[in-house]
Amino acid sequence: MRKVAIVGVGMSKFGEEWGRGFRDLIIDAGKKAMEDANLQGSEIDALYCGTMAPGPLIGQEHAGALLADWMGLNPIPSTRCEAACASGGVALRQGYLAVASGAHDCVVVGGVEKMTDVSGPDVVSALGGAGDQEWELFAGATFPAIYALIARRHMHDFNTTEEQMASVAVKNHLNASKNKYAQFQSEITIDTVLNSKVVASPLKVFDCSPVTDGAATAVLMPLDKAKTICEQPIEILASAQASDTLSLHDRKSLTELNATKVASKKAFEQAKLSPKDINLAEVHDCFTIAEILAIEDLGFFKKGEGAKATQDGLTALNSQISINTSGGLKGCGHPVGATGIKQAVECVWQLRGQANGRQVKDAEVALTHNVGGSGATCVVHILKK
Amino acid sequence: MAENIAITWRRIPERYRLEATRDPQTGEIFFPPRVLSPTRRRKAKLEKITLSGQGEIYSFTQVNSAPAGLEKTTPYVLAIIKLIEGPMLTAQVVEVSEKDVKIGDKVDVIFRKIRSDDPEGLLHYGYKFRLV
Repeated sequence: MRKVAIVGVGMSKFGEEWGRGFRDLIIDAGKKAMEDANLQGSEIDALYCGTMAPGPLIGQEHAGALLADWMGLNPIPSTRCEAACASGGVALRQGYLAVASGAHDCVVVGGVEKMTDVSGPDVVSALGGAGDQEWELFAGATFPAIYALIARRHMHDFNTTEEQMASVAVKNHLNASKNKYAQFQSEITIDTVLNSKVVASPLKVFDCSPVTDGAATAVLMPLDKAKTICEQPIEILASAQASDTLSLHDRKSLTELNATKVASKKAFEQAKLSPKDINLAEVHDCFTIAEILAIEDLGFFKKGEGAKATQDGLTALNSQISINTSGGLKGCGHPVGATGIKQAVECVWQLRGQANGRQVKDAEVALTHNVGGSGATCVVHILKK
Repeated sequence: MAENIAITWRRIPERYRLEATRDPQTGEIFFPPRVLSPTRRRKAKLEKITLSGQGEIYSFTQVNSAPAGLEKTTPYVLAIIKLIEGPMLTAQVVEVSEKDVKIGDKVDVIFRKIRSDDPEGLLHYGYKFRLV
């Protein structure tokens, strides 16, 4: 296997982008990544794109072909990757494997979701496809409800409080306010979260990531070649993926994601590193409780101590470990297929020292953690300066 | 998402009668009924059994924002129920608000209408649970 590096990144503004469609968003992100990599386009051998639900959201499938066509990249192979909210992370991993194996020398990986062209209930139904339609959604589960079931059990087993969960949202909004690409640009308080409408108890609107339009892209090359064309190639030290039951009720535990534990263990082994070596991590905070599970299951904090650690400020910018400097899914926004790539874009900016206003000091090693559904897919990448 | 008549018909044994599958050699019980054992795969010859419908609340939430098709019955309490035979499932708890419910409460199954949002008027029935 060859070593692989990221040589260019780009993303669209995340938010309710009424004026732009699916193609506009990914082309915007793609152009920025090519300019960042200082490539022409003719170098690209293959395209992998994560998008979860263009069928129900915009009536469009066959997204791989659409993107190659509209980016002017025909006839190179172009493949859509789908793993619910982990679609972007899976696309990054497929691109990594294609370059590492020697099959391709220059790959563009992207992620995109256009979510605001349909009504709120239709978005909820489309995202429901990440769970088990016949045995969870049929009974009346929604994604907020599924994570609420996790939250309630975490509160029961570890005395986690609603205030502690709210502190995740407060931190991530603060980070987002320093990121010009983020959907939310304003700080919030604990009371903002606690006084917001209850969606599925104990989760409130401000515990939930928003509905977002957006896209992100990255250009991958073998590390040896990257060093010849790029001043600051960012090496992908590890790429790991794991699976778990589709339904939450089939898990042995509701308060940990085994796919996160398995994928991160493999990733740390590949990178020959441990959790204490990570300076910053972009983790999958689709709901505030999800960030608490993530920082526990990734090994940054012991099980049951993630909520208090967050409340105590240990995950804030330039603290013990900087978690979700982009604002995370909560503050930066969550265009589901784009999220896994956006996490890598943020880490590349941090490792290059380009995260203006929210720079992690002396950032050397970063981790991305992308989850599909309630934890049935997890993808972990470790990046190094 | 509304299910069509074929899906509804296929799922009658599980949704109306809590039919599960069991590996007679290991005693493992699967609900929803799996056709392939996730632990022993093709080595296991699964048989059908019917569950008692008794269990306890393992976790719960009150859903205030309805998914499409359940607007008229929202809010409702949704729970993960741990059945006495071992498997867990996701179902609504009827005739309560979340204030009446706590983790560990005993419940049993009740046959109820689940959805009536089908554009052709098809009614979907299945299991919900009530406190005992």
